[in-house]
Amino acid sequence: MKTSRREFIKISSAGAAGLAITGSALKLFAGKDKELEKLLKSGEVKRYPTYCEICFWKCAGWTYVNKEGKIWKVVGNEEDPHCNGRLCPRGTGGIGSYYDEDRLKKPLIRVSKNGKQEFREATWDEAFEVIASKMKKIAAEHGPECIALFNHGTGGKYFTTLMKAFGSGNITAPSFAQCRGPREVGFNYTFGETVESPERTDIINARCMVLIGSHLGENMHNSQVQEMSDAIDRGITLITVDPRYSTVASKSKFWLPIKPATDLALLLAWIHVLIYDELYDKEYIARYATGFEELKEHVKDMTPEWAYGITTIKPDIIRKTAYEMANAKPSVIVHPGRHVTWYGDDTQRSRAIAILNALLGSWGRKGGFYHPSKVSVPDFPHPEFPQPKRTWRDVYPDKYLLADEVVSTGICDASIPGLGSACNFKGWIVYATNLLAALPDQRKTIEAINNLDLLVVIDTMPAELAGYADVVLPECTYLERYDILRNSPMKEAYIALRMPAAEPMYDSKPGWWIAKQLAEKLGLGEYFPYKDMEEMLDWQLKQLGSSLEEMKKIGVKKLPQFNSKLYFEENEDVEFNTPSGKIELYSQVFADHGFDPIPVYQPHPEPPEGYYRLNYGRAPMHTFSRTANNPNLTDLMDENTLWVNPRVASEWGIENGQYIWIKNQDGVVSSFPIKVRITERIRWDSVFMVHGFGQTNKYYTRSYGRGASDTQMITNIMEDKIMGGTGMRGNFVTFLTEKPGKEVVS
Amino acid sequence: MRYAMAIDTKKCVGCSDCVVACQTENNVPIGYCRDWVVEVMNGTYPQLEIEIRSERCNHCDNSPCVRCCPTGASHIEEGGIVLVTHHRCIGCGACISSCPYDARYSHPDGYVDKCTFCHHRVVKGEQPACVAVCPTKCMYFGDLDDANSDVSKILKLRKYKTLAPEAGTKPQIYYLI
Repeated sequence: MKTSRREFIKISSAGAAGLAITGSALKLFAGKDKELEKLLKSGEVKRYPTYCEICFWKCAGWTYVNKEGKIWKVVGNEEDPHCNGRLCPRGTGGIGSYYDEDRLKKPLIRVSKNGKQEFREATWDEAFEVIASKMKKIAAEHGPECIALFNHGTGGKYFTTLMKAFGSGNITAPSFAQCRGPREVGFNYTFGETVESPERTDIINARCMVLIGSHLGENMHNSQVQEMSDAIDRGITLITVDPRYSTVASKSKFWLPIKPATDLALLLAWIHVLIYDELYDKEYIARYATGFEELKEHVKDMTPEWAYGITTIKPDIIRKTAYEMANAKPSVIVHPGRHVTWYGDDTQRSRAIAILNALLGSWGRKGGFYHPSKVSVPDFPHPEFPQPKRTWRDVYPDKYLLADEVVSTGICDASIPGLGSACNFKGWIVYATNLLAALPDQRKTIEAINNLDLLVVIDTMPAELAGYADVVLPECTYLERYDILRNSPMKEAYIALRMPAAEPMYDSKPGWWIAKQLAEKLGLGEYFPYKDMEEMLDWQLKQLGSSLEEMKKIGVKKLPQFNSKLYFEENEDVEFNTPSGKIELYSQVFADHGFDPIPVYQPHPEPPEGYYRLNYGRAPMHTFSRTANNPNLTDLMDENTLWVNPRVASEWGIENGQYIWIKNQDGVVSSFPIKVRITERIRWDSVFMVHGFGQTNKYYTRSYGRGASDTQMITNIMEDKIMGGTGMRGNFVTFLTEKPGKEVVS
Repeated sequence: MRYAMAIDTKKCVGCSDCVVACQTENNVPIGYCRDWVVEVMNGTYPQLEIEIRSERCNHCDNSPCVRCCPTGASHIEEGGIVLVTHHRCIGCGACISSCPYDARYSHPDGYVDKCTFCHHRVVKGEQPACVAVCPTKCMYFGDLDDANSDVSKILKLRKYKTLAPEAGTKPQIYYLI
């Protein structure tokens, strides 16, 4: 085991050499409109299909390249149902990730020099050599399963193959335990199916949509926002539950400014009204559901009057909104949300949302939740993976029992000796996720990293995590590489191609190449039995009745042979994939595991005097911390602000635009000050900030020290015992108007 | 022919996609923009309302910027599109001062720049980049003289307003309210 503490290395010292390459590229066309017109007319501008990697929606588009071979713009593909020809600001600004001069440029290896740790630039072969020898050493001493993969994004697939070939099944993504996990488990144990991504919400046909803290429009989940906008044209009734006056709250017929952390009480009161005012879909419930009587008994006393005292939402508004939903049924969506790890009872809240949808008969119905179709892309033939001897489950025999994906924070915890469980993980390979911003409680993440024998970071940008790595591998951006076909589930089955529009800049390489080379170094080349992605893609596309040549021309293709029926037929008998074969309003599985079979409201801790609940969310022009340094997107928003209610600001004597530091309940102070935005749009008991700012890495020249990091403030985790979700909204902050540590001597 | 734009404040979510699409389409240098988003909030918690507007040059019928331009660089093209001929512009900034919408900026290359309604696209029958990209489809562009254009049709259906009508510039960006 490593005894010396791992020093954080600022990548600036090693990477400075390659800085000056693209400075002029951004101004390429400035002031040359006439030349541009000529170029367009002459057809000298070329375009290449891609799908976006700036967020998980993966909209398909075209990368336009000018005569000199320089990338000019990215525009949506009109045939693609994820975007309908319209990319969101992040997709449009995606070229910024390519031109960002702060990109990772060369493989970097951690070395000790004069007692100080630093990165030195290395060749790819050297980097692979270091990684392979450390991986083999860990495998020999502890077993291959002691290396885990954290990944987020398309290229994670290649590293998944590598890990499986190596003998480890410990492959995880923060998107489960830090994001949508509770809703997938909650819906799965109600309907026997998950919500999927993109969500199977039929917004375009809905007559009513209820958003519980979900801020559509500030999160630019493209086709969802598009459908919502179309639905607004058609007069959809929007009901938004949010302590903050979100953008979509301003578009809603009903905004319910709920007291934070009480959503479950509101949901139960709605269920009460639907049942006791006999507004629910009786035929649907009788045909498809089980546990109705238990549910009815359970919510007997959960009246709107009961919920009023908890939520501060008036009983008549609770009733009125329940009637709005009922009037629209079954074309009504109580939206499952996406980032739902809030208070530790999130699976139960998601269950309540699922139950509400069941009572409204919206699952499997037009204007509710459709059944998605997905192209099944054949695997390029490869040898069988070895069976891992141990999995992460062996570390946690009694925890996270209903987690159906690997719990990222569980892997992190199990990398720290003596923290609740035996230490099992000695090496992390991290693909395209900045775990210091993605996992809550940075202190713990850093402690885990300090105990690793190997940390490999593969990314396009030198995210904060890279500073802790033993080896950093620079991936080229999505505009410079081939990737696997996109086959996300949608109303109709589609595939989309991503191909490079330019050669990789600097010494960066595509993810597939990196994984394949590393596999060969480890003697596992047989698991990557293709020469390059073109060979693999062409083989797969031919199996699907297309070809690489065709896809290069069209970018996306509909494959109707994979389509299935969107909705249930009238009076159709449906076998749900639950233990009872029915929609489970009462979950026996939950009961058997010691969890509430029907959701129960429990109060959560409230902020102490002088503290405010930290709520966080998205801005439409940024994704996670991933876009924090993108030149085009920082131009739209280059720091986050702290939303403070005017009453609170006046109590503190804080002015609009003033920079303050924030301190949380555990005494953690923000590394940087954050600008105050005094606004009526936030309740007096909470504050709000956009996630992903407060970068501590100086190599992010546009975003270093701009704004504050919400993740840094999230040290109190309310764990979801059902599936390991990390509830993050039980953190409270207070204000420091003077720089911490300042001393005045007079 | 009279080009105009209508923008639905009820649908706009203020995502700024119009801004970045304009920047990439027209190679507007980072740090400058030809269009921008304004959010106006009124009320006290919880009685609140927000109007979100994507703003740009209003391509006014009675355009002070064209009248005050000493070189004729600022001029009106067919369809009422107000343009600046870069090589004739001396960068004096009179037009910037005269614009009630603050729609013009000094380009680092020494001329004044602003929204062109994507003239280069419009002449080919395409929509301006901001209209084409908008995920909420809250923008409508077309010829007011054509009763069947998107913009004519929506203005017949909906209530609208213009910005700073008191300036008497006869602006051609209509905000649906």
